[in-house]
Amino acid sequence: MSTGVEAGALPAPAPVPRRAGLRLDGLRRLALACVVPAALVAIWQLTTAGRPYSLIPPPAEVWAELQDLAVGGINDDAFSGTLWTHLAASLSRVYGGFALAAAAALPLGLLIGRVPLIRALLDPVLQVLRPVPVTAWLPLAMILFGLGPRSAFFLVFLGAFYPILVNTVFGVRSVEPRLFEAAAMLGCTGPAQFLRVVLPAALPSIFTGLRLGLGFAWVVIVVGEMTGVQTGLGAIIMEARQLSRTEIVICGMAVIGVAGFVSDWLVMQLGRRLLAWSPNHG
Amino acid sequence: MADPTIPILDMRAVSKTYTAGGRRTEALREANLTIARGEFVCLLGASGCGKSTLLRVAAGFEAPSSGQALMWGKPIAGPGPSRGMVFQDYGLFPWLTVRDNIGFGPKARGRPAAEVRDIAERYVALVGLQSFADAYPHQLSGGMKQRVAIARVLANEAEVVLMDEPFGALDAMTRERLQDELIDLWSRTGLTILFVTHAIEEAIFLADRIVMMSPGPGRIEALHTVDLPRRRDVSSPAFNDLRRMLAAQLHSHHAPRAAA
Repeated sequence: MSTGVEAGALPAPAPVPRRAGLRLDGLRRLALACVVPAALVAIWQLTTAGRPYSLIPPPAEVWAELQDLAVGGINDDAFSGTLWTHLAASLSRVYGGFALAAAAALPLGLLIGRVPLIRALLDPVLQVLRPVPVTAWLPLAMILFGLGPRSAFFLVFLGAFYPILVNTVFGVRSVEPRLFEAAAMLGCTGPAQFLRVVLPAALPSIFTGLRLGLGFAWVVIVVGEMTGVQTGLGAIIMEARQLSRTEIVICGMAVIGVAGFVSDWLVMQLGRRLLAWSPNHG
Repeated sequence: MADPTIPILDMRAVSKTYTAGGRRTEALREANLTIARGEFVCLLGASGCGKSTLLRVAAGFEAPSSGQALMWGKPIAGPGPSRGMVFQDYGLFPWLTVRDNIGFGPKARGRPAAEVRDIAERYVALVGLQSFADAYPHQLSGGMKQRVAIARVLANEAEVVLMDEPFGALDAMTRERLQDELIDLWSRTGLTILFVTHAIEEAIFLADRIVMMSPGPGRIEALHTVDLPRRRDVSSPAFNDLRRMLAAQLHSHHAPRAAA
């Protein structure tokens, strides 16, 4: 066979993005994304500023508190300059619990999706356990793992586990049967198909699961850190609540939001790289 | 390995019955067919005649309900690299580039990375896709995808290439082009090809022998040897005589045979 008219007539495979268009598009998107937050801050300012008995502090006060939390030098109280310690503690729990959840849910999902015996054994149990909210596990977690970081770790793990598992199973079950035939006739049979066919074919779904799982890990972190740990964004929020330091509560919320957003963005970038082959990604 | 007196493929009274939801469907009844090394054989027939079933039995995707499917005299126990399959819907791995799709077989069989790379490069060139070696399947046209599917099977040292209506989804011009390329490839390599089609002209253009099959239940109706010299001229009188004869036979299968 030779290079044909057909091959020659087609353009080079990788589509060239329109750079200028993209940049303008990006600016526009950024501007549009800022409209609603700006409006919300404006309403917040209008309804709280200059009212000494407001239970919600005005934006400026929260902003000052955020700076104090980050670098100190404004209030010089017990919270000053502690933000990074708490952020680091939460990050380690979020990513630790998430990594553990991925390590457990991925192989389990591959097996449940592909091996009927394991599906029959585990699927019913998992389907019954899945609707139980993480918050409901809190008392039991504290009995099982004691007060402290281990309970927090476990709850984050639980929150991230199910989305990863469910999406992995879905991805594995939707692999085109033709691809298994193709692999088999090329000499790739049995367990080798897990690595060479099942895993890559299910990767788009698995990625969706990882994104959702990481999102849930951030959602659960506050609950997880209600278990009596000393550090963490959840812990600082709980402590500030008891002291009626609402500005610190809001700072904690904002930091969780930003941290969750950044970590999701990182996962998306990784996904773009790994899923460049898929017409629906990248 | 090859004792020249043993056929490369030998189907002995192969029957296949599927049972689904309590209903039995007889897809293939007592098919007998021997294929010699280097032959180009077309299975021709209307839908439901069991031609794809026979191909899938030869591939090892289906076990016969009764009868025997042999390669070099040994029972076919399952799919394997000696019998490469080319599917109508390509069956390429969407996450692999053209090069890696073609290198998939050698890699899966544990060849060293450098050798896999060499093999892939060679077969990418054989099907003329050098400038698309790093493209993913979704970036290719149908004809290019099918070239990759063929190269992938050849790169894996298949002795028999099983093709299930491989050009059925392509436009007429691409189809003719690939038919030419396939004949060219076959005459240069000494491959054995078993090719399923429902297009009479395609069968006459390609095959040494045409196996005519008929439905209800699927079975082999007749064998025809095509003696025309290659490259075959589709407008020659001999070509047209054969076409008329096969068309009459094929259409007689559609005549009411409810009693049968």
